[in-house]
Amino acid sequence: MPKLAAKSAEAFRQRKGMPSDFMEKVGKQFTTQVRFAGGFGLLCGQIFSELFTPPFYFRLTMQQLFKIGVQSFLLVAVTGLATGSVMALQFGYGLAKFGGTLYVPKIVALSILREMGPVFTSLLVAGRIGSGIASEVSSMKVTQQIDAIRALGTSPIKTIVIPRLLACLIALPILTLFADYIGLFGAMLIARTELNIGTEYFMAKTIETLKMYDLLTGMAKTIVFAFFISVAACWKGLNTEGGTQGVGNSTTWVVVTSSIFIMVSDFFLTKLFIMTVYPK
Amino acid sequence: MSEAVLDIRNLHKSFGEKVVHRGVSFQLQQGEILALLGGSGTGKSVILRSIIGLEHPDEGEIIFAGQDLTRLSERALMKIRQRIAYVFQNGALFDSLTVEENLSYSLREHTKLTEEQIHQKVNAMLELIDMSGSNSLLPAELSGGMQKRAGLARAIILDPEIILFDEPTAGLDPVNTRRLLDNIHKLKARGITGIFVTHDIPSALEIADRIAILYDGRIAVIDSVENIVRSTDPLVQSFVSGSAEHNPDHHLGTPTHA
Repeated sequence: MPKLAAKSAEAFRQRKGMPSDFMEKVGKQFTTQVRFAGGFGLLCGQIFSELFTPPFYFRLTMQQLFKIGVQSFLLVAVTGLATGSVMALQFGYGLAKFGGTLYVPKIVALSILREMGPVFTSLLVAGRIGSGIASEVSSMKVTQQIDAIRALGTSPIKTIVIPRLLACLIALPILTLFADYIGLFGAMLIARTELNIGTEYFMAKTIETLKMYDLLTGMAKTIVFAFFISVAACWKGLNTEGGTQGVGNSTTWVVVTSSIFIMVSDFFLTKLFIMTVYPK
Repeated sequence: MSEAVLDIRNLHKSFGEKVVHRGVSFQLQQGEILALLGGSGTGKSVILRSIIGLEHPDEGEIIFAGQDLTRLSERALMKIRQRIAYVFQNGALFDSLTVEENLSYSLREHTKLTEEQIHQKVNAMLELIDMSGSNSLLPAELSGGMQKRAGLARAIILDPEIILFDEPTAGLDPVNTRRLLDNIHKLKARGITGIFVTHDIPSALEIADRIAILYDGRIAVIDSVENIVRSTDPLVQSFVSGSAEHNPDHHLGTPTHA
């Protein structure tokens, strides 16, 4: 039966003029994604079954929080400042053609809080922290340290995965909050120096425009992104095979997959918030 | 014959299309060290990993303390792993922790000892393995032999009932091999029970009470060291003498027991 299926698949490819190696690649990619989806789901199940039962590793969680939160702050601050500044500049000169320069504070504030802050911060965290988690966990896997954790009567889910997940869930919204404020500050500076928009006017319009749900929906997005980045990185790390080359592959895979997830899921989350939270 | 503390029955294991075990059965007696010999890739380490639950056999039973370990959940296995220690081939020390933190890991997780008691116990263990004073060193600062001995110390610090040694002397120079064997002798004097997976025949002959030979996915021979040394069986001879060839017509029937 499998031989028959393989034959008809080959005949189909030949009829359609598809190269067999292309189909093979597509098939491999598909099975990889299915395996990831299954593994990700199973790992989520294990996390929820172990999250609320002792022992709890507060010290490990705090260590990870420091590693993820504090050490990423400067990177996020610089990116936030640059993003806010460049958006104010672009909108300022773009809207000037239509006499809309005074709308810059409103547009920039909404863009930063709803989209740019959460997405850019999450992309940075995916690059810096996602790759860090993947390389650390996969190195532990290939050097049998994960096996050692289990052999010593402890759980890698509790000692490795949950502290990193919690740290990401706490750190990413806070980092986003900082990125939002620093981005707005950068936009305000540029509005004052380049667009002749006064600080008081900028602040008044920003406060008038922004509602709490703008901030909260942005931060809610980062919770989804943080969950995905940390669990995907841990899953890939725990399933790494193939020595040091495997470690490198895992790291790259996590950054690429997390970035794609952030961009695609951002669209659907925004659509969801438009339908449910944002006023029509 | 004393009581069996571990009873492995008809273990089968495959990785994809590669069949590793085709019905492995043997018993481990209280207070004995059983050396497990076999060619590379024959699944010696897989037996150890199956015992401690790091691998799940496709079929068969592993009876310890009246329960079948193959049927236990991961949570139940975590309790069992405090009673069965696994000494990894490369030590598998946590590279971000110091030697003291590595050794005290199990004590902090599974006991209510005070910091002072933990420190004392770690120092006593370091003295046992001739590594006194290396508490604050990181694994990267240790030689290969020291890493293995620290891994041994970490595994046995909870005084387990069974110790599984996964090629403890592999890759060591003669001096470090001697040191490690001396450490195991000290443990043997305390009456430990263990399985010693190795390719190092002189070490196996020195340490073990019995020797089992894994061949073609089964335990082909299991007997006392004396009987193994005297054996005229071509397969046994090929392992004991280190000859590359053995009789391919060797009959793999019921294992011969001491």
